[in-house]
Amino acid sequence: MAILIIAEHDNQSLKGATLNAVTAATQLSGDIHLLVAGGDCQAAADQAAAVAGVTKVLLADNAAYEHQLAENVSLLVAELGADYSHIIAPSTTGGKNLMPRVAALLDVVQLSDVMAIESDDTFARPIYAGNAIATVKSLDAIKVITIRTTGFDAAVSEGGSATIETVAAVHDAGISSFIGETMAKSDRPELTAAKVIVSGGRGMGNGENFALLESLADKLGAAVGASRAAVDAGFVPNDMQVGQTGKIVAPDLYIAVGISGAIQHLAGMKDSKVIVAINKDEEAPIFSVADYGLVADLFDAVPELDAKL
Amino acid sequence: MKVLVTVKRVIDYNVKVRVKSDGSDVDLNNVKMAMNPFCEIAVEEAVRLKEAGVASEIVVVSLGPQAAQEQIRTALALGADRGILIQSDANLESLTVAKLLAKVVAEEQPGLVIMGKQAIDSDNNQTGQMLAALTQMPQGTFASEVKVDGDKVQVTREVDGGLQTVELAMPAIVTTDLRLNEPRYASLPNIMKAKRKPLDTKTPEELGVEIKAHTQLLKVAPPAARQAGIKVASVEELVDKLKNEAKVI
Ligand SMILES: Cc1cc2nc3c(=O)[nH]c(=O)nc-3n(C[C@H](O)[C@H](O)[C@H](O)COP(=O)(O)OP(=O)(O)OC[C@H]3O[C@@H](n4cnc5c(N)ncnc54)[C@H](O)[C@@H]3O)c2cc1C
Repeated sequence: MAILIIAEHDNQSLKGATLNAVTAATQLSGDIHLLVAGGDCQAAADQAAAVAGVTKVLLADNAAYEHQLAENVSLLVAELGADYSHIIAPSTTGGKNLMPRVAALLDVVQLSDVMAIESDDTFARPIYAGNAIATVKSLDAIKVITIRTTGFDAAVSEGGSATIETVAAVHDAGISSFIGETMAKSDRPELTAAKVIVSGGRGMGNGENFALLESLADKLGAAVGASRAAVDAGFVPNDMQVGQTGKIVAPDLYIAVGISGAIQHLAGMKDSKVIVAINKDEEAPIFSVADYGLVADLFDAVPELDAKL
Repeated sequence: MKVLVTVKRVIDYNVKVRVKSDGSDVDLNNVKMAMNPFCEIAVEEAVRLKEAGVASEIVVVSLGPQAAQEQIRTALALGADRGILIQSDANLESLTVAKLLAKVVAEEQPGLVIMGKQAIDSDNNQTGQMLAALTQMPQGTFASEVKVDGDKVQVTREVDGGLQTVELAMPAIVTTDLRLNEPRYASLPNIMKAKRKPLDTKTPEELGVEIKAHTQLLKVAPPAARQAGIKVASVEELVDKLKNEAKVI
């Protein structure tokens, strides 16, 4: 039996998280098929066909799927997925929204946020904000899985030559519609794909002060992240939140500035290769996970660091 | 309009859980329990809808052991009108919870179901979406704003790239994200009043839902521990370490 991956895309291009899902699928037995469901999404399907390891792309191109509303796409995936052993999506907000709906339609559970694959039916996943790792065996015939992208390297996006097969099925539940979106625009790398991240917390004081971190980030080619407190206070938008209930990141270098290190924040970044903490409170829990801790006022230390790079 | 809110009894979010020494599960003995924070946000949203005259009645549901009555009472003290406990000491997986809730939805016929986006114990983030599938309702997950307008509800959702707004035909399901509201605390008089509000208890058998195992927990282990790091004395030393020791810049 084959493995079906639900591609994450914006109709024009494939999102990076899909490549991590492909690598996860290569650790299972079976051919790998990628479903591109969207509206006017041929370009994304062409990219999907080039991903190394993918043997077939299923292209469901219809206005009903344009904004990938879960009410419509779940019906499509449940119909197609019945013939697969595994259905996988990255655990992005898109995957998290869609996949449990698919699982329920197939009368199976979803294995959320899988970080390691032990066999075709056994998986490791974090629970309790990552303070415990559960090894779980699925008893369902079809395994519906979201994968934690930091647990799997990205597959090579070129060199493959999968066939593209058009799926005619159109499902429009007619109960939801897309109204609009406000998407953050940035020239910096995406948080979940960045090699270096500079994150700010409540200690930043206000949104303007994040300019200090942005300047540092630009020198390091880094993305800028934040703690929940900084987002709640309105310093920065929600898409920058790192943590148990925000984005999970594991860059080569994570610099936490004015962040105390609550378990919910650590859950999102403690798998980073090297962690630096800058905090004026030497007792701050962030120092317990930091490779290099600097006890200092961030308003002195950050400009100095910026100048020295 | 009737609003149904779900609440889960979980470990208090300030407590760091420990794994049992035999690796069979986490140790919840004598651990402080509380209402899941995302469920608190769900209760608050329902209460605000009632205060705004949009909701007429708030029914709060929990599934779990008898002790989950505490979390229902808390929701009643915050402004919910009556409670339902689906009592079971079994391990209830998300799909089973969704099936049980679907029975309650069929009985109560709410216009809106508000749930937390994830429980901080299992971190699954799936029950709301599953209930939506089983009841064929639309879903507004990870909500940061909910606006009811006639027989439709507009939900602004926190998504990876920013914010997305969808319009859903009611009845609909909303799951809460952190920025939806700031939950209030219950006042002492309201805690007293809550003790007299109705609380029904049902069992999965009464609702006709079989508790089926879809997964088997093989083991639970603590995460890989990080090596203790060092404190650097100056920015200069930090730059030196990052360049020459860690080699990450
Ligand atoms: C259900 C739930 C989910 C949550 N999910 C997340 C999540 O996904 N991500 C997340 O981050 N949090 C999350 N939280 C919140 C978490 O518990 C903490 O409240 C939050 O992480 C604190 O953010 P902070 O470290 O920026 O703020 P604080 O804890 O207030 O820490 C600020 C730090 O800045 C330091 N500081 C202040 N001024 C300076 C200065 N001038 N120079 C140097 N240092 C300074 C202080 O010493 C302090 O250590 C969640 C909480 C709940 C209940």
